[in-house]
Amino acid sequence: MKRTVFRNRWLPYALVAPQVAITVVFFFWPALDSVRLSLYRASPFGDRLIYVGLANFERLLADEAYRRSAVTSFVFSFFVTVVGLALALLLASLANARIRGLGVYRSLLLWPYGIAPAIAGIIWLFIFHPSYGVLPYLLSFVTAYQFNWFLKGWVAMTLIVVAAVWKQFGYNLAFYLAGLQAIESSVIEAASVDGAGPIRRFFAIVFPLLSPVTFFLFTLNMTFAFFDTFGLVHSVTQGGPGDATSIMVYRAWKDGFEGLQLGYSAAQSVILMLVVMLLTAMQFRYAEKKVTY
Amino acid sequence: MKAFVMRSAALAALVLTVSASPALAKTDIQWWHAMQGVLGERVNEIATKFNASQNDYEVKPVFKGSYPETLNAAVAAYRAKQPPHVVQVFEAGTQTMLSSGAVYPVHQLLKDNGVSVDWNDLIGPVKSYYSTGGNLASMAFNSSTPILYYNKDLFKKAGLPDKPPATWNEVESMAKKLVAAGAKCGYSTAWPSWVLMENMHALHDQPFADHSNGFDGLATTLKINGAFGVKMMELIARGGREGWFTYNGRLSKAEANMGGGECGIFTTSSAYIAGLTRASEGKFAWGTGPLPKMTGYPQGNSVIGGATLWVMKGAKPEEYKGVAQFFKYLASTENQAWWAGVTGYLPLTNTAVKAMEASGHYAKHPHQKTSVTQMMAGKTTPNSQGTRLGNFVSVRDAIEEQMENILSGKKTAKQGLDDAVAKSNDVLKEFAALYK
Repeated sequence: MKRTVFRNRWLPYALVAPQVAITVVFFFWPALDSVRLSLYRASPFGDRLIYVGLANFERLLADEAYRRSAVTSFVFSFFVTVVGLALALLLASLANARIRGLGVYRSLLLWPYGIAPAIAGIIWLFIFHPSYGVLPYLLSFVTAYQFNWFLKGWVAMTLIVVAAVWKQFGYNLAFYLAGLQAIESSVIEAASVDGAGPIRRFFAIVFPLLSPVTFFLFTLNMTFAFFDTFGLVHSVTQGGPGDATSIMVYRAWKDGFEGLQLGYSAAQSVILMLVVMLLTAMQFRYAEKKVTY
Repeated sequence: MKAFVMRSAALAALVLTVSASPALAKTDIQWWHAMQGVLGERVNEIATKFNASQNDYEVKPVFKGSYPETLNAAVAAYRAKQPPHVVQVFEAGTQTMLSSGAVYPVHQLLKDNGVSVDWNDLIGPVKSYYSTGGNLASMAFNSSTPILYYNKDLFKKAGLPDKPPATWNEVESMAKKLVAAGAKCGYSTAWPSWVLMENMHALHDQPFADHSNGFDGLATTLKINGAFGVKMMELIARGGREGWFTYNGRLSKAEANMGGGECGIFTTSSAYIAGLTRASEGKFAWGTGPLPKMTGYPQGNSVIGGATLWVMKGAKPEEYKGVAQFFKYLASTENQAWWAGVTGYLPLTNTAVKAMEASGHYAKHPHQKTSVTQMMAGKTTPNSQGTRLGNFVSVRDAIEEQMENILSGKKTAKQGLDDAVAKSNDVLKEFAALYK
């Protein structure tokens, strides 16, 4: 690699300054402010600010509902990621074949990614809503099963998993398609000549070669499921029934913005921040090693 | 189409403001509110009428989203030192506002600006809910109370007389008949916590929280897991199991089911009259009645919900003068009678009630009188004057969460309510610790 040398000592700093400034103002400052706020009991309008040390964290960790919310978050993220990636890989393999109208087909598959989570939620609500949804209506003709996920936790959970998978699908597909196309066709042809069938070729060659992409998407989808699904949960289930779909980011929002318990909510954001740091550290540590080959 | 109309209206408003501003330098008054749909249109009408009535002030209503969103916007704006002059805060935010130190009490504002309003004319429940020490802290605006609605078409189909159920026993027997006759939902309710817990406790003179529901000191303990609360929840849970009660979600979500003509019997805010009138137009007939009672309990009263207008600190004296004038306009009998007439909210003064009676409005719209009659028939006791809790939204949320666990059969009524109380007490103690 060619090394660029700047004559002026300050020019490189000046060039990165805007990026650094944006990062500091929009990321570090709010993040540090949350850490500070998490140590206080703060009144909504800001007239009372009582230092409480780690009491907010103690209150959280002692709360069985919060621990349940953490489990819910991991279950949700796990299913969103695993189901999402498996499906995207399957369809990417199919879309990678030489068929007519491939461009249109691919564009359509990429579509959902362009939709905001809250809007995606509303679309799914119109399909699945127990009283005005299309699907429960159609189901009512064939079965007496009551599709009321207002009271059935696992149905509500399945619903938001499916919606999140659908929402993130285009993104995953785009990466898998690119990954598939980067695989040298000669490698696969050589395997064919050696007598490996399509399934064998996929598991012995394609899948291992795709592992860096898979790992990247895994971290990315975990992060998406943990943080970006707020709009989806808010528009579809509001965390219910009971607290069946109350994932951590939704709880933090609810306690902060609806309950106006700012310090308590900040403590939850700090915990979430630690989770995302862990995920990112994993990404750097393993993805840098290129996983296989 | 709607977007186009809105844009044209906005453009017209802009042109008008721009062309009018050099001639008369009007003082702007920002009014943040949470009224959407039909109610939002009515709010704009009030501002237009007030603005046309004088030349010094221009009230600008700004829709800020749901009630919690509006409160949040006010919090953020106050912290950024750019608060609106007037913000509409729902009853659940009352204690938060009272404790905040960020408001200019309305009785003080009016006194400072030489506007006199006869507070004794306010109807009792409204005055008791929003006053401290007999003085009004915020300007009463849209107060409602839950009432019962019934679908007359479904009643006819089920062979029921055209009469709303008066007791829970009747709700049960009628709802069963409705379902047997093919109704998709016999009985359902919106605002589950507000209607079934807060109001049912108050209506039967049962305590909801300690310190007289937070009126003589910050409440720290909920009382809903007592015999009455458990009985109420057991009834509803049994209704769910037996199929005559249908759960349709938190907050106002279930209103869509009543409006869609699915439910025979329904309980929600009296302010839903405006929405239901529009939703049912040409589809089905409906009627109203007072909230159903449980036999064997003393008479209390239903509590009010809705919102009031709070004046934020930090504006200029001449702007406050405008706010005082605006409130004087709001309190006028003419405005009160009009507002209650077109929305279903309670008229706030006894004079307005009489004026509506005299003009024949109630004879023409009998269901609008239901809420007034219900409130006047009730008895104000420490348990029924209202509920003032810190972080009330979190408390309601905890209650509705556990109601879902009870209704889905995950917990018994007693267990669920115990858990709701434990969670709520934690929230209440936090609030009390903040203002000790």
